[in-house]
Amino acid sequence: MIQNVKFQKSFNYAYIDEFTKKEIRRKTLKAVASPGYQVPYSSPEMPISRGWGTGGLHLSLSLVGPNDVFKVIDQGSDASVNACNLRLFVQEMTNCALTFDTAAATIIQTRHRVPEEILTEKQILVLQVPQPEPLRSVERHEAKTRVMHAEADYAKMWVTLYEAYVRSGQLRTGAGHPLMVNGRYVATPSPIPSWDVPNLSMARCLYLFGAGREKRIHAIPPFTRVEPLEFDDIRFKVEEFVGVKCSVTNEDKAFMDQIYDDDFNQSYVVNDSNFLDKLRQGPRPPQKLFTNPE
Amino acid sequence: MDHSLDTAPDNAWLLRVRNLTKIYGNATPGVLERTGPRFNSNICAKTGAVVACSNISFDLHPGEVLGIVGESGSGKSTLVQMLYFDQEPTSGEALFQPIEDGTVNLFDLSNQRKRQIRNHQMGMVYQNPRDGLNFRFSAGGNIAEKLLMANVFHVGRIRLRGADLLTKTEVPVKRMDESPARFSGGMQQRVQIAKAIANNPPLLLLDEVTSGLDVSVQAKVLDLIRGLQQDLGISMIVVSHDLGVIRMLTDRTMVLKHGHIVEQGLTDQILQDPQHAYTQLLVSSLL
Repeated sequence: MIQNVKFQKSFNYAYIDEFTKKEIRRKTLKAVASPGYQVPYSSPEMPISRGWGTGGLHLSLSLVGPNDVFKVIDQGSDASVNACNLRLFVQEMTNCALTFDTAAATIIQTRHRVPEEILTEKQILVLQVPQPEPLRSVERHEAKTRVMHAEADYAKMWVTLYEAYVRSGQLRTGAGHPLMVNGRYVATPSPIPSWDVPNLSMARCLYLFGAGREKRIHAIPPFTRVEPLEFDDIRFKVEEFVGVKCSVTNEDKAFMDQIYDDDFNQSYVVNDSNFLDKLRQGPRPPQKLFTNPE
Repeated sequence: MDHSLDTAPDNAWLLRVRNLTKIYGNATPGVLERTGPRFNSNICAKTGAVVACSNISFDLHPGEVLGIVGESGSGKSTLVQMLYFDQEPTSGEALFQPIEDGTVNLFDLSNQRKRQIRNHQMGMVYQNPRDGLNFRFSAGGNIAEKLLMANVFHVGRIRLRGADLLTKTEVPVKRMDESPARFSGGMQQRVQIAKAIANNPPLLLLDEVTSGLDVSVQAKVLDLIRGLQQDLGISMIVVSHDLGVIRMLTDRTMVLKHGHIVEQGLTDQILQDPQHAYTQLLVSSLL
């Protein structure tokens, strides 16, 4: 009986079998219920290796239906090989509509970037996470990090930030600055630039984080307070693009890519490809901008 | 024999420990009766359980320095480690005046509360600096850890306090941002002391602080501890097998053997007129 049902079609709708999808959805609900808490989940086999976007793919496939409009971006771009392949895979498995338009998408899967355009309550942003455990750099043992989260023992995390400040003179952690979610759990936003971090707080959309290799899901529900870890006197700052303009649109208020041509001339271009297209075509899409504290 | 001291109903104590017991292995009934100085062993002949501490009771008064002396394996380190929540006791209670006016047993509290007490109200200096310091952090970072755990989130204030503590413990402030791994043993021990007193704790636990240091450095560290004690009026429990350290630092002494208190009293008295055979042996073997 089971065999008959299972092998009538060459694959199940949205690739993953229904029981596993149900399990992922239940874990997602649990993650939404306790913002920032990492929920372990099954992380089933996918046709790509774990750690290459499987976490995001699990979440997307467990959510997507035939009426959804799906978008994938990889470091801001719809056009990268990774983004194209994931997008085509999801469409082939679900017959959903595809789009490049950030505003038109219902589910956006992304790697290492949050779109510049403000997302709405009708949208879900799925982030691929390589390492969901913000405490990994200060504590190697998984069991201990779980206890540290349970007891809100984040002193070691704070010392790392203190040490980074003493060494470099700034509170910059490259990508993926640790966050305090809803005043309770320290979580990683996945390696997004600091520029995107203020977008996570009190947002209208749902943010889901999937780490396939590490088998963890965590979430930032809509209208949740998210604060980057910062000291009373040394404040969190986003990247500053001083005197820098996009070579295509002349724009200066967006996250920029630095580009070198064959003669090593340096120029900048807006990183978010759909945002760039919209700026060129006008009108300017709604955007949340954060100004650094002085 | 009743080992408890100061059973009079006074509230002058800071820390009151009652019947603190730690058994490694099967804590079957009768284990405590089958071990101790009388049997010249802390290993139960019947079950093989090791009794590290057996019904230890004492009071520590504010500003007092209590010495715990005994040979290795007598349970003195286990005792302070239990008080610092590094180890779970098998049974017994500890009351601490700053916590609910000393009405709750510290060992019954949640882990979170225990950690808070440990960070706000206690300091510990371990024999091995690697136990008390994180060598992946700088000396200043180690002190910052203790302050951050007590919710001081102001880098400027943390660094001021760090520099102040390092000056007090005679560690060059210039080396604040270096890892303690590059420090000498004496300096590491002084950084550990600076970390332990960072939050002005009312209670400081010192576990063999001078073992492994050469004699001149020992004297400096002891001087520092005595100075801090006099300036800040911290209560201390000093664990040592070295009677010299005990004589120099402590007001009152307990002698531990095989997990039992065999003798206790004023330090001078114990050193001048030891009553128990084991204490007599200790004092007579003092160089």
